[in-house]
Amino acid sequence: MATITLSNLSKDYGGGPVLRGIDLEIREGEFVALMGPSGCGKSTLLRLIAGLEEPSGGEIRIDGRRVNEVAPKDRDLAMVFQSYALYPHMTVRENMSFALKQRRLPQAEITRAVEGAAAKLGLTNLLERKPKALSGGQRQRVAMGRAIVRNPKAFLFDEPLSNLDARLREQMRYEIRKLHRELGATSVYVTHDQVEAMTMADRIVALNDGAIQQVGAPQELYDQPANLFVAGFLGSPPMNFVDATLAPDGALVAEGQTLARVSPPAGLAAGTTLTLGLRPERLALTDPTKGSAVRVDVVETTGTGRVVHLALGPQRLKLFTMDPRPLAPGDVVGLVVPPGAPLLFDPVSGARLS
Amino acid sequence: MNKTATHIIGARLLHALALAAFVAFALFPLFWLLKVSLTPDDLMYGEGVRLWPSRVTLDHYGSVLRHSQFPLFFRNSLIVSAATGLLATAAASAAGYAFSRFRFRGKAWVMGVMLVSQMFPLVIIVAPIFRLLSPLGLTNSLSGLVVVYTAFNTPFAAFLMQSFFEAIPKDLEEAAMMDGATRFQALRRVILPLTLPGLAATGGFVFTAAWSELLFSLMLNSSAAVSTFPAGLLGFVSKFSVDFGQMMAAGVLALLPVGAFFLLIQRYLVQGLTAGAVKG
Ligand SMILES: Nc1ncnc2c1ncn2[C@@H]1O[C@H](COP(=O)(O)OP(=O)(O)OP(=O)(O)O)[C@@H](O)[C@H]1O
Ligand SMILES: [Mg+2]
Repeated sequence: MATITLSNLSKDYGGGPVLRGIDLEIREGEFVALMGPSGCGKSTLLRLIAGLEEPSGGEIRIDGRRVNEVAPKDRDLAMVFQSYALYPHMTVRENMSFALKQRRLPQAEITRAVEGAAAKLGLTNLLERKPKALSGGQRQRVAMGRAIVRNPKAFLFDEPLSNLDARLREQMRYEIRKLHRELGATSVYVTHDQVEAMTMADRIVALNDGAIQQVGAPQELYDQPANLFVAGFLGSPPMNFVDATLAPDGALVAEGQTLARVSPPAGLAAGTTLTLGLRPERLALTDPTKGSAVRVDVVETTGTGRVVHLALGPQRLKLFTMDPRPLAPGDVVGLVVPPGAPLLFDPVSGARLS
Repeated sequence: MNKTATHIIGARLLHALALAAFVAFALFPLFWLLKVSLTPDDLMYGEGVRLWPSRVTLDHYGSVLRHSQFPLFFRNSLIVSAATGLLATAAASAAGYAFSRFRFRGKAWVMGVMLVSQMFPLVIIVAPIFRLLSPLGLTNSLSGLVVVYTAFNTPFAAFLMQSFFEAIPKDLEEAAMMDGATRFQALRRVILPLTLPGLAATGGFVFTAAWSELLFSLMLNSSAAVSTFPAGLLGFVSKFSVDFGQMMAAGVLALLPVGAFFLLIQRYLVQGLTAGAVKG
């Protein structure tokens, strides 16, 4: 178990910076998700921590000790690769023993550790098989097993579930969380899947374009996103962004309709154009006379409720509702934005204002 | 039987015929070699062109083994080819690994020069090489041939090994390094076992190239004691006649080690050893 501290970390492969000014403190026993879109530098950051890449600037500390110059093998971190990277010529048992043999532990101890980990992951009957005789889900478990037998200072996961089907992914999400609770080991988990990040992490690190956008608990990022990127990344269906103008009385006006009223944040002049962030599930429907009039575009049924696509002039919004009223494309309905629902963003910088 | 079924059978038949024709074409010279080596001298020219002589004999093999220097040439060839195979494969593995895994200054140049070295017709560098090796005492010696063959075969073998290393995901050695291995341990315990097919193929390629090389063997070594068998085969050509029977018998014998070698390594040549490393 360990703390991992990154200070002003940067990486450049020679074609411009891939990571810039990364400052992050990962606490002991914490499960941290590195979340962001493809190409934002998540894997690079994980590989810097692992020691598989050298930083171009800044510092990495594990338990307070600077490890920039320490070889991966001496960092005592376990990594689960997206490809699993099982040793194909070794059986499951040999795969899981590899690190322990490397450490020259006594054979009896290795056997005990491997069989213990195998039991935990339901691999006991597969120990003598080679990886090619395993299903994708079983390979994934072996990759996990290879990491946990070592009892490392911290676990690094690089999108470990992305090769599994949806159902298995959900199950493994739960099992990884459970393992984390049992082992209590510091874990860094890379994912581009906001659901994984939300459901698994103690804290989420939102990355975009090589820079940290926000760090915080999942609910905190969801409710108080620092900027448009974080607001748009979390949630499904995603947050609506509506261009609106702030009237002197605090009304937020879009396409000639007053959507909501806020006490204007200090320093915002009337007439300012804002980007309004509206979570689909916080919006409600009513009669056209009572709310802002919008037109129904498409209705999608999800089972739990319906996702209604709405047209507000040229702007589009999604709304999630469990309201059973009949809705057909072309209907004009009233939209209700409850007080406290809208988040205000600066349309230029993207930063949240309220 | 419906129409598509006839169609499929017809296509299969054609396919088999085409393959058979190709195999026959490729193996015919070998068959001829065997046939001539078994034909008694008195029938050699007497029976015209026949697929099989009316009588066969092992006499040629007997005289090759007992009355010629062929066993000596054979032994020389074996030493030279095996040594070349080992040395060139070892050097090529190291180079191929570096090409595939490391970025270093001058890499493109090193690879370019190695490629260019493969473009010269060897005959134009025979004389310079002779001048180079002679003062070092490496002419008329088996070591000289090993040096030359290793030098010539390593570049191509290195590119071959590079392609085999490229086929192995980098994740595997990175996983090993995370698991506490140094790069060298990762190479030895994870990468090399997976490269066995590549090593076998490369070794086989180099061995065969050295085994059948004639030009340098002839030019660098004049003494019979250090002749390899391709040069030795020329001994069956005398001023007035060619002893085809013995020459062919020697040829058949020379095929044996190469054949045995490929039989030995063929199980490594089967692909798919890395299956199961990644998601699949
Ligand atoms: N070895 C490398 N050499 C040069 N550029 C690289 C290298 N590895 C990654 N990059 C670049 O760095 C950026 C970040 O890559 P990285 O693999 O960290 O992204 P990621 O967030 O993990 O994306 P994904 O979700 O697709 O895996 C990309 O633009 C990529 O092209
Ligand atoms: Mg990645």
